[in-house]
Amino acid sequence: MYPQVLFKNRKPDRIASMEEYRENGGYEAMANVLKNFSYKDVRKLMLDANLLGRGGAAFPAGRKVMTVADDAPFPRYLVCNADEMEPGTFKDRVLIHADPHMLIEGMIIEGYSARAEKGIIFIRPEYESAARILDREIEIAKAAGYLGKNILDSGYDFDIVVHRSGGRYICGEVTAQLKALEGKRPNPKQPPPYATEKGLWGQPTVIQNVETLVCIPHIIRNGAEWFRNLALTETGAGTKIFCVSGKVNRPGCYELPMGIRLSDIIETHAGGMREGAQFKACLPGGASTAFLTPEFYDIEMDFETLKKAGHRLGTGAIMVFDHKTCLVAATLNLTEFFARESCGWCTPCREGFPYLRDLLWRIESGQGQEEYVSTIKQMCHHLWNAYCAFAPGGIAPIESLLAYFKDEVEAHIREKRCPFK
Amino acid sequence: MLPEALNASLQEKISSAEHPRELVVDVMLDLQDHYGYLSDEALEAAASLLDLTPLEVEELATFYTFIYREPVGKYVIHVCDSVVCWMDGYESVQDHLCAKLGIKMGETTADGLFTLLPVCCIGYCDRSPAILINRNVYGPMTPEKLDDILEKLRTEAG
Repeated sequence: MYPQVLFKNRKPDRIASMEEYRENGGYEAMANVLKNFSYKDVRKLMLDANLLGRGGAAFPAGRKVMTVADDAPFPRYLVCNADEMEPGTFKDRVLIHADPHMLIEGMIIEGYSARAEKGIIFIRPEYESAARILDREIEIAKAAGYLGKNILDSGYDFDIVVHRSGGRYICGEVTAQLKALEGKRPNPKQPPPYATEKGLWGQPTVIQNVETLVCIPHIIRNGAEWFRNLALTETGAGTKIFCVSGKVNRPGCYELPMGIRLSDIIETHAGGMREGAQFKACLPGGASTAFLTPEFYDIEMDFETLKKAGHRLGTGAIMVFDHKTCLVAATLNLTEFFARESCGWCTPCREGFPYLRDLLWRIESGQGQEEYVSTIKQMCHHLWNAYCAFAPGGIAPIESLLAYFKDEVEAHIREKRCPFK
Repeated sequence: MLPEALNASLQEKISSAEHPRELVVDVMLDLQDHYGYLSDEALEAAASLLDLTPLEVEELATFYTFIYREPVGKYVIHVCDSVVCWMDGYESVQDHLCAKLGIKMGETTADGLFTLLPVCCIGYCDRSPAILINRNVYGPMTPEKLDDILEKLRTEAG
């Protein structure tokens, strides 16, 4: 059993109350920070801990806050990205349902390090139950004096509100999320200016994912070295919440050390492959990552090791496919997702995904032609010219399908049918 | 015309906000709860409450999955059709619902009780195939469980 840090207080059927969170050391880190740390101390500690953003991009959390200039104007904002919409990902929901005060404490400390006075939790509408939990627990934290004016007599003011989204995948993208918060149509915007310079309402804004924020109190309490040592790899740091789904016996969220082997996650923790199912491939970090083939079955699941192998850890949402699952059909489904969720702002993305979906649909339904393969490749190439990271993410499964499962694609075309049906 | 109580509660919310426009989704959702969907009248009410043009509200209303610009049933059933639910057979869930309710995806039953809509990954991949009914999650779904749920909702609606 590996140490449970973020899931320490997780219960099978209910949230941990503020009292339970406090009994296990909750809010001590915040009290310590407000009394003994400068905002720069917190930033440096996060950088030393090598805390990388858990929302998918793996940007160093400490470095992000450091881009808020010392003389940047006030008010400043902290946005917690709880708009978890990457297919296969459900860790933020589980984290909020397990221990909401861990997120609140993490936000207060991160807010302090950015010298922000207002925190906003941006949450997807499918997570209404989590939004209600947060609304209620924020009030409880406020009554305990952890939020509001002059927290614990430190002179620091910080409040948190919950913002409910109307529901679209693109709202998870930083610049789109800021526009959504401002009540504008959430099409992404290319930086500069970066959010930490001119973000929400033109003010300095730091945006961090739920899982990133909940790591912060633990780093304060136990130190940067402790956090780095939680990982099994040199390059990794901390634990990671892996969401495992698909053809395994026990789909769910597992808190495991960063750098744990994929095979270990699947066999030991997710209960192994379902009866009669053999591992064929998995998407290691959501729909915007490439298929990992059996040759990577023992890979160490860490941002750096996957990057070296030409892959991405993304959100750590592992979707497992077995030998009886058609990956052309799976990729068609993923492409349908991107075609539907494209915000429609730029032409390559808006036009490209429906085009790709159509070609994949034809191949899957036995109407494929040989030349479609090169057309798909060319179209994927064009999609790198899209305005934001949505399209390059969306073509990752398609490009990896053509790279690693060429035979399967060709069999569809040759036999004029799906060989799995 | 908006009922006075709803109007007053929205006015209060808006006047206490630093930037009223940030409340546009909340206002649309509240109005939708009242009207059942975001009717033209509701859309115009939202615009005038927030000092926006109807077009500014419309471009948001048509963007978001959970804002309905057309009438929907008392129970909106969203069937997740993304990749994990696909692997676990969302299609049989969808087919069963369509057959049971006698409607296609995107339609509402004649009695105004149920609307069927597809939805992208709802983040319940550990309970796939999963569905939402008025934003409450159910899963993993089987035909038997669907029958029970529909029956219960019908009774609840009287």
